[in-house]
Amino acid sequence: METLVTALICFPFLWAILPAVIHNSKRRAFTVYLGCAIVMVLSVFTAVQWFLAGGQTLDFRLPFQRIFGEVFMWGDIFLMCFITYLSYKHNRLIIAILTIISTVVPTVLEKFGPKLGYTSTMRFDWLTFIMVLIIGVVGSLIGIYAVGYMHGFHIHHHKEVQDRRSFFLSMIFVFFGAMFGLVTSANLLGLYFFWEITSVTSFLLIGYTRTDEAINNSFKALWMNLLGGCGLAVAISVGIVYFHTANLYDLIAAAEKSGASDIICLLPIAMLAFAALTKSAQFPFSGWLLGAMVAPTPSSALLHSATMVKAGVYMLIRLSPAMADNYVGNMVALIGGFTFVAASCFAITVSDGKKVLAYSTISNLGLIVACTGCGYEETIWAAVFLVIFHAVSKSMLFQCVGAIETTIGSRDVEQMQGLMSIFPKLAFILMVGIAGMFLAPFGMLISKWAALKAFIDTSSVYVSTLMVLFICFGSATTMFYWTKWMSKILGAAKREKSRDLTKKNEYISMFFHAFMMIALILGFPWLSEHVLKPLSNDMFGTVKQVISYENMVIMIVLLCGVFVIPFVNYLMTKGQKGKQVITYMGGANVGDNFNFVSSTGDPKEMEISNFYMEEAFGEKKLFTPAIMISSFILIVYLIIVVGGALQ
Amino acid sequence: MMVQTRILLAILYVVVAPFVIGLLDGFDRKISARMQGRRGPSVFQPFYDLKKLFEKEFLTANKMQLFLIRSYLCFIILSGILFFAGFDLLLVVFALSTSAMFLILASTATHSPFSSQGTSRELVQIMACEPMELLVAVGFYLATSTFTVSDIVAGSSVANIRFLPGFFVGFVFILTIKFRKSPFDISTSHHAHQEVIKGVTSEMVGKEYAMVTIAEWYENAILLGIVGLFFISSNPLTFIGAVIAILAVWFLEILIDNTSARVKWQLMLKLAWGVTIVAAGMNLFLLEIIRG
Amino acid sequence: MAKIHKSPWLLHYDGSSCNGCDIEVLACTTPVYDVERFGVINTGNPMHADIFLITGGINSQNESVVKQIYEQMPQPKVVIAVGTCACTGGIFKECYNIKGGADTVIPVDIYVPGCAARPESIIDGVVKGVALFKEKAEALAASGRA
Repeated sequence: METLVTALICFPFLWAILPAVIHNSKRRAFTVYLGCAIVMVLSVFTAVQWFLAGGQTLDFRLPFQRIFGEVFMWGDIFLMCFITYLSYKHNRLIIAILTIISTVVPTVLEKFGPKLGYTSTMRFDWLTFIMVLIIGVVGSLIGIYAVGYMHGFHIHHHKEVQDRRSFFLSMIFVFFGAMFGLVTSANLLGLYFFWEITSVTSFLLIGYTRTDEAINNSFKALWMNLLGGCGLAVAISVGIVYFHTANLYDLIAAAEKSGASDIICLLPIAMLAFAALTKSAQFPFSGWLLGAMVAPTPSSALLHSATMVKAGVYMLIRLSPAMADNYVGNMVALIGGFTFVAASCFAITVSDGKKVLAYSTISNLGLIVACTGCGYEETIWAAVFLVIFHAVSKSMLFQCVGAIETTIGSRDVEQMQGLMSIFPKLAFILMVGIAGMFLAPFGMLISKWAALKAFIDTSSVYVSTLMVLFICFGSATTMFYWTKWMSKILGAAKREKSRDLTKKNEYISMFFHAFMMIALILGFPWLSEHVLKPLSNDMFGTVKQVISYENMVIMIVLLCGVFVIPFVNYLMTKGQKGKQVITYMGGANVGDNFNFVSSTGDPKEMEISNFYMEEAFGEKKLFTPAIMISSFILIVYLIIVVGGALQ
Repeated sequence: MMVQTRILLAILYVVVAPFVIGLLDGFDRKISARMQGRRGPSVFQPFYDLKKLFEKEFLTANKMQLFLIRSYLCFIILSGILFFAGFDLLLVVFALSTSAMFLILASTATHSPFSSQGTSRELVQIMACEPMELLVAVGFYLATSTFTVSDIVAGSSVANIRFLPGFFVGFVFILTIKFRKSPFDISTSHHAHQEVIKGVTSEMVGKEYAMVTIAEWYENAILLGIVGLFFISSNPLTFIGAVIAILAVWFLEILIDNTSARVKWQLMLKLAWGVTIVAAGMNLFLLEIIRG
Repeated sequence: MAKIHKSPWLLHYDGSSCNGCDIEVLACTTPVYDVERFGVINTGNPMHADIFLITGGINSQNESVVKQIYEQMPQPKVVIAVGTCACTGGIFKECYNIKGGADTVIPVDIYVPGCAARPESIIDGVVKGVALFKEKAEALAASGRA
């Protein structure tokens, strides 16, 4: 097991060198495919191996742990120098200060601080198992997609952008390695190293095109994530100074044991949670994920689905037993709930497909974060489910929107009118993805059910009330923007059929996702029984049937309903004869459904557009208040915790 | 509740609900007419209309519409069965909103300006109502510690309205929208003329429109059932009280319909959310405090 | 048994009328005449309508509109021309842009004369049109079987 995990972490880092040095397009593509395949097989093999061995939590040290420790430390210092250099070059010194503080303090403490006990540095348990599978499978599929997409990006669409594909593809592998390291580390120093790598890598990916906008947005992502890194650094320092440990699980156990009585135990948890909130792009730190949209689609898919943001929620799920019914938990829950509502409101007002997806990611993560903040078995169950469903469907949606953009030349939702009849394959994938995000029997419903139940039972009265309201309103707004999009796709087609420019490897990746999605839905009871139950057993020491047998049956009935009812009805009405008529436009149609007689007597094309309600929920109007409210919540709770600890 | 009763109720719902609600609809038109000083049509008029619609020639602007509408109808009935057979209330609400999606997909399939406009408004309506529907389920959970309808009925010794007055007010408020009564420029209404022709149903011809009507009746049965749930307890006699309450609410909706003809959808959204937050939110907060 | 005669839904189209007849048509729905007691609903949508009620004459601009709306109504359907203009072109008959009555474009079943046509006669025309439905529905059913 130790060897496998080590290989899992090291392999992508080493393999990243290959695409960087191979500049022949075909050969490079081959190495990337091979690398992705190996990453996928390796991760699945590791996970299955562990599963078959009985699924026991494994604590272990890496082989050559001392060397790795040195590597982590010098790596941290290298990253610090790198960021300082960049911030000096682009005249953003504040970023340099952030990185220097957050790197120097833990390093100095590690070197000269109190001696730490000899503990294990890695852990492999059920949550790691799930995360490794998500990163390995979804991530490497994105890698495969990226090869085809980046080819089209440079050769056909963005000739003006300097071709740095080698760099891009190798960064993707670095990302995999960092993520594997992050989810297996138990030692915070190692975790911090991987955490910083993901921050820097995402910074580099966002700035890929080197336009002004890209550079600005990449720095925005950098400073927000570094701020989170500072939180992590504080947590490490507190851990070393007060608890003489840098082990994540020791800190969690300490906080769990003390309850709310000893607030110093909560301090590292609060700081770790803070770091996780920045990483998972919750309000007030949502800006970086929205800015990340300037990057080419594969990197958005990577950031949004399998990696980056999932690092944040992974951390929160880890922390959640220590957050049940205390200040930190309340903070996380409120921020998450607020983000869920606010981001879904903003998602209504934008028509750029990628931006809708970005907001929906933030909003969905908000729900997951809220679930973790609650810290009950039900909510963790729900949160993990959401993580799984979200990873698969979001990655699929991003890839699909990217492919649509390549094919029809726009990613605006309004331009996707009638996609179903022009590019049925793409539309089908989009539909499955959207359905996976919000429709009845899928992840979202189950999770909302469990989350509502848990929040009603939360002990803090006002948190409970607010959270219930957040979820009720958030689910209404979520429904709005997804349904709107779906109805656009199914509408009547306006444009002519044209050639589908989607590459074969892009389709392979997308159909594999769609297949996974359906498998996940069908395998949901199994998943609940054999993966999530032991997970909650690990975390809470109890096994509780979260969802009753009866409800499980209903959900399966609903599931069949969503697929079978339309299908049967479709078959039954297929042979239906009906006279074809044109739609009603006050009798003014000019022969078809798209043109009407204008006041001058000439035919004019009719435009149909969805509601965007900008005057009600517009970004311009509400974004700043949303940032302010969420900052307020965050600051108040942090003051409570920090102040309480210093008292 | 006994399993047999639950099955019986579900079967009764599937068979009887459209007749009962259709008849209520007929009386609705009669009473409305009387309020306006008219004689009004026969109380069986809704059934005549329905039968006629099924007999009309079938025209279509987009063939996809028919199967989507049938799916809509099936899904509504499915949610109704879940409710009347006494399953999970929250899931019933989720199932209802899923079924609404089929209606929306059906109406936008045609690229008609009127039905598209109606659809957007329908979406706004759903958005206005859904929080309250979910909150009703939450309210029942707070009062009885279960989402399961049969346990709610069997487990409460007094009618739950005692704990949930705010939820009840909020729910009755959104019923106006759900029954397609009040806002004048709502997505589709039963009134003669309105701004967007017939909104979502503009392009639905003959039997398609008939099916949407039946689906609406089934949906109204569920909603009225939820109204009844506020008043029912384990004592079978409360059933009578529940029926009276349902009739009272139904009459109130007619009254609102006839006195607020000029409410617009912007106001509707604000009012619906406002009432939801104030009435249901306060009630929720108080119940949480009481529960500790 | 066909129920169409119990629920005739109207579509009211204003050709080039002087609005006199239109006011009278709407008057039919007011409490005084209450046409709804026959199950009549004034729908704005040809897809839902059974009776096509035209006021005013046909001019070169609305000719195609009337045809189109007529096409969009499902069978069985009845066309009623209300007012002298809709019947024959009336006072505007000789006008340069007027083609004549509604029957110059679509087949008209019932003519309701008058300038303006009185609500009583309009209701009378509608009730006569309703009587026609039975025949039309049966003819349709027969053709459907054949």
